[in-house]
Amino acid sequence: MVKKSLQRLYLFLIFVFLYLPIIVLIVLSFNNSRTRVVWGGFTFDWYISCFQDEKIMSAFLTTIQITFLSALISTAIGTLAAFGISAMKKRGQTICLGATNIPLLNADIVTGISMMLLFVRFMDLGFMTVLAAHITFSIPYVILNVLPKLKAVNRSTYEAALDLGATPLYAFYRVTWPEIRPGVFSGFMMAITMSLDDFSITYFTKGPGVNTLSTMLYTELRKGIKPELYALSTILFFIVLIVLLLGNIRPQRKAQQL
Amino acid sequence: MSKHLIEFTDISKSYDGSLVLDELNLYIRENEFLTLLGPSGCGKTTTLRLLGGFETPDKGRIHFDGADITDLPANERKLNTVFQKYSLFPHMSIAENIAFGLKIRKKSKSYIEDKIKYALKLVNLDGFERRSVDSLSGGQQQRIAIARAIVKEPKVLLLDEPLGALDLKLRQNMQYELMRLKEELGITFVYVTHDQEEALMMSDTIVVMNQGYIQQIGTPEMIYNEPENAFVADFIGHSNILDGTMLEDRLVEILGVRLPCVDEGFGQNRPVDVVIRPEDVELVSPAEGCMEGTVTSLIFKGVHYELDVMANGYEWLVHTTKHIPEGTKVGILVTPFNIQIMRKPESSDEKAVEVDV
Repeated sequence: MVKKSLQRLYLFLIFVFLYLPIIVLIVLSFNNSRTRVVWGGFTFDWYISCFQDEKIMSAFLTTIQITFLSALISTAIGTLAAFGISAMKKRGQTICLGATNIPLLNADIVTGISMMLLFVRFMDLGFMTVLAAHITFSIPYVILNVLPKLKAVNRSTYEAALDLGATPLYAFYRVTWPEIRPGVFSGFMMAITMSLDDFSITYFTKGPGVNTLSTMLYTELRKGIKPELYALSTILFFIVLIVLLLGNIRPQRKAQQL
Repeated sequence: MSKHLIEFTDISKSYDGSLVLDELNLYIRENEFLTLLGPSGCGKTTTLRLLGGFETPDKGRIHFDGADITDLPANERKLNTVFQKYSLFPHMSIAENIAFGLKIRKKSKSYIEDKIKYALKLVNLDGFERRSVDSLSGGQQQRIAIARAIVKEPKVLLLDEPLGALDLKLRQNMQYELMRLKEELGITFVYVTHDQEEALMMSDTIVVMNQGYIQQIGTPEMIYNEPENAFVADFIGHSNILDGTMLEDRLVEILGVRLPCVDEGFGQNRPVDVVIRPEDVELVSPAEGCMEGTVTSLIFKGVHYELDVMANGYEWLVHTTKHIPEGTKVGILVTPFNIQIMRKPESSDEKAVEVDV
């Protein structure tokens, strides 16, 4: 009994450490007071002025553009790459997966600086360089999500479709695609979250005037803390949360159906 | 007999530099049940995949019904395959699985529904239309795979070890089922298996393969009773395979004993392989036999006892219904008709025979 309650307490403490900062942030975003220490009553004011702030809104727009474009493009490239890798022999697979995993483990700041050095050599830093950077670091996540699905797909089901008269394209669309779709979808979701909360790589590859939410937050926070930023951070947190939930619930429900 | 429906001519195929099929020549008659039999890696599955259109040969041509189909893609061939791992489409219902090929052909809805009903009845799974693939047992899935293949009314059905994953009882049931299907459909079956009992029971013609070479083609009776070489003899069932010398027509010497036999035309004093089936060895009293031996082990096998008998330095495998305890002195007797003489492999083509029998 004692042991059990100790276990519960331990778990509770872990969750407190994990989520207390975020809870504080969320609470403060509704606080009708400019200081952090006093509770001035409940308000939506910060959310309203957050949406009226031009800087915030332009950063928000940029973020959405970059997030969705980079997620779409990296999902397409990553899925094709997964097909290529799965068709390779064992040795080639190991080498290729290793090569795609290194950027995954590499410190963001190193990736960011090296990309910046590369980009300034050929073009001006700006929207396109941020987009290119986001596509690049998202691809490995897509590959990691699609590859296991692709390996689980029985190659002979594809052959069976051909055998029954399907053209290779039709066989892929009707047989292979439905089986890897959950993997592609969760890869896409992963790419969205990665792109959404990246700071360091964006910071180094963005040009003047281009800001995503995270870099904008950083520059604004240096000037002083505005309560609108609490509201913005809260929104950002919930967007990521929803995306993650979507990505996790969908494959699970699929699994239960079977 | 009926005409040749499929012809393989000088087919060679290698993967990563290792030769899987070497100059294979084979014809398949219309409406026959032909089995490709051999151990794993003998090239039987490759032969089937070449026919199905999933592989292209490095050399040689394949003709189907008079037309060259060597370069025809799988989806345009008039034959269908039942795969080893069932390969049903997991995200479709049973009816959708069966309808898959018919929808591609743009058949009418009522035609497809009739076909589904007919096919399910044929494989004894009436009323399974709406079930999901995962709710079926292995045997049922295999039946659906067969149903899915036959609704397209192929001239030839290819079966790649379709019963390999089923348990013994189910496998035996399915064997009868397949024979019945073959009768009802009246089409050609090309069957791949490594199970010699299955092959003997179901086939009209058996093609025994090893290491990319055809070892023997014949009816089950021919393959069993008159194996052409030691590999076939051993693969088709446990046998006593002995080194012998063909002294002259109708006289062979094994283990220092001269025995009359019925084979001719091997020449004089030629080394040969001699096959004697365990059920053809008669155990008599020591004085009556052509050689004397001692029973070294006795195992009860249900229908018969399996005995090892040591005689003239060779351990004979003997099947008998008599209970003869270990240590008994016995005489071994073989009637001339039951001694099967085979040439020793000579050319490189036949070398494959010697390895790991």
